[in-house]
Amino acid sequence: MAIKFQKSDKPIKIEGAHDMPPMPAALGSMLFNKTGSWRNVRPVIDYDKCIKCFICWKFCPEPAIKIVDEKPVIDYDYCKGCLMCVEECPKDAINEELEGK
Amino acid sequence: MIEIRMHGRGGQGAVKASFVLAEAAFQGGKYVQAFPRFGVERRGAPVEAFTRIDDKPVQIRSQIYYPDGVIVLDPTLTEVVDVTKGLKKGGWILINSNKNPEEYDFGDEYNVYIVDATDIAVQNKLGSRSAPIVNTAIVGAFAKITGLVEIDAVYKGIENSIPRFQEENKKAAKQAYDSIKSE
Amino acid sequence: MKKTMMGNYAASWGAQLSRVQVIAAYPITPQTLIVEKLSDIVADGELKAKFIKVESEHSAMAACIGASSTGARAYTATSAQGLALMHEMLHWAGLARLPIVMANVNRAMAPGWSIWADQNDSLSQRDTGWMSIFSSSAQDILDSTIISYKVSEKVLLPTLISFDAFFLSHTVEVVDMPEQELVDKFLPPYKPEYKMDVNDPRSFGALTDEQYYYEFRYKMQEAMDQAIDVIKETCREYEEITGRHYDLIHAYRCEDADMIMVTSGTIAETTNVTVDTLREEGHKVGNLQIRYIRPYPKKDILAAIGGAKKLAVIDRNISPGYSGIFSQELKSALYNEIDIPVRSYIAGLGGRDVKIEDIKDIAYNALEHDEPNDLIWKGVKK
Ligand code: SF4
Ligand code: SF4
Repeated sequence: MAIKFQKSDKPIKIEGAHDMPPMPAALGSMLFNKTGSWRNVRPVIDYDKCIKCFICWKFCPEPAIKIVDEKPVIDYDYCKGCLMCVEECPKDAINEELEGK
Repeated sequence: MIEIRMHGRGGQGAVKASFVLAEAAFQGGKYVQAFPRFGVERRGAPVEAFTRIDDKPVQIRSQIYYPDGVIVLDPTLTEVVDVTKGLKKGGWILINSNKNPEEYDFGDEYNVYIVDATDIAVQNKLGSRSAPIVNTAIVGAFAKITGLVEIDAVYKGIENSIPRFQEENKKAAKQAYDSIKSE
Repeated sequence: MKKTMMGNYAASWGAQLSRVQVIAAYPITPQTLIVEKLSDIVADGELKAKFIKVESEHSAMAACIGASSTGARAYTATSAQGLALMHEMLHWAGLARLPIVMANVNRAMAPGWSIWADQNDSLSQRDTGWMSIFSSSAQDILDSTIISYKVSEKVLLPTLISFDAFFLSHTVEVVDMPEQELVDKFLPPYKPEYKMDVNDPRSFGALTDEQYYYEFRYKMQEAMDQAIDVIKETCREYEEITGRHYDLIHAYRCEDADMIMVTSGTIAETTNVTVDTLREEGHKVGNLQIRYIRPYPKKDILAAIGGAKKLAVIDRNISPGYSGIFSQELKSALYNEIDIPVRSYIAGLGGRDVKIEDIKDIAYNALEHDEPNDLIWKGVKK
């Protein structure tokens, strides 16, 4: 069977070694494994306070913060709620909100 | 195969001389191998270098213990090191010196040749008076003594292994070549 | 074109002719000349490559890993302590399946501080997933570098090319340099199927649980097995364009030999000459030079041994507490296959010269004794 290296947005069924690339390399699981489901606290940017320094963008480990129209925008499909951005924001412009409230 | 040992002092270019010798022999159509005694070289301390010359690729990978010929780049070395150590019977010794061969006594088993490579180097402005570069004169003398390579191969060797003062070096080699009187 | 050059420069030329794109290295005696030359070649614009100066060998290999991951042909060279410092990164390059080629000048591990020949440095890296060659001439170093890129890029495993300090690194000899066009035809640019690509971002080397790690190891073994055929095929191709023959082993006068010496590195070439002398004396001996220790050419070795009645292994290395490493490997290959005595000798550690007379002594000792021996330390001053 051909070795898979093409990314897939659906889970790939790997039967054995011959479905795998030679080296450990991602085959696109992030396209369907959305880490947003891990989040229990949601960071929300207060654009009135935000000075667009993009420190949050730099620190987000996911990275789930994108720059859209010169503003930091959180992608909640992937934001895992680690709150690193909240910690690092110099203007306290990111608020924490409990999920499911 | 012939095996040659070169005696010099650190910084005097014995290793380079072994390489130039190898290059000349290579230009003369031979297979060669040249290498320093594997040690840590200190300026002024006695050093050795080796050259092997053969008609087929050289496979022996050890140092040389029983040379066919010995080249002494610095006349003062004959008092400090046993330059004939391991030298095969009937082997030759080529010494850079301004003395007469008779002044050296190595017994009757060896043929002693003298070339005043220092003087030749100075005449051709190779190096300085205190640190003359005698490599090419030595190789010229070697060519004459052994008949292993033609003087033209020595010239080609110089062209390939010495980037500067090639004409002066060739002249030095030729002068040394001519200065050797066959016995 | 034939030229005279030192073994170290043969390595530099091999890399240049292979058109390496990234060189990252840290200097260490006796390797220094290899990378010095390459940095000149790159600075002079004779080779279009990036020369990365790094602060250690660990970083040198890390830089090669980065470069190779993006699909660049990467090269480095080191020796002894430098290779040891790379150890972690060597496993990484192996498991990441990166076709890096590296020269290692075999030098004794310190202390005592030594710059002289000894194989313990590269043999200590035997299990890192690198193909591993012991070259025995400057020509071999140059040719092996070119051949190894082709093999490595096919099977996706890195190659380590080791050669003895000074006996090769600083010895000038005649090397036949293949023309660049010829090498270009033989070794086309590296176009990897798997690479780090900004236009197709993905993670490499991420957390891999036991559901998959095990299979990656299996795949590596499979690649090593395949490499044996790929090496043979690539060597044949190389022979067609250069006339020079290489293989995983080199058997010299083994066909009708009663006793075969088993050697590697420069000792192998001196042993070839010794075999000729011993033959003249009427002893039916041969020399089996092991060029690749990984992949281990077990089948070839068994075939070359054929009907010999005895083997004598000379190791310029020692696994303290057991024996020479080539000897261990050979014995395990013979087990259940060929039942003949193997006599094991250590020689030349720390650059101690191994002369024809020494090899002869070893051969006489092996010829006289029919039983397998305790390890014999040739020439040790007890
Ligand atoms: S760190 Fe805070 S202030 Fe800076 S861009 Fe992000 S939200 Fe805005
Ligand atoms: S909470 Fe964590 S993952 Fe979410 S945007 Fe902030 S830093 Fe990124």
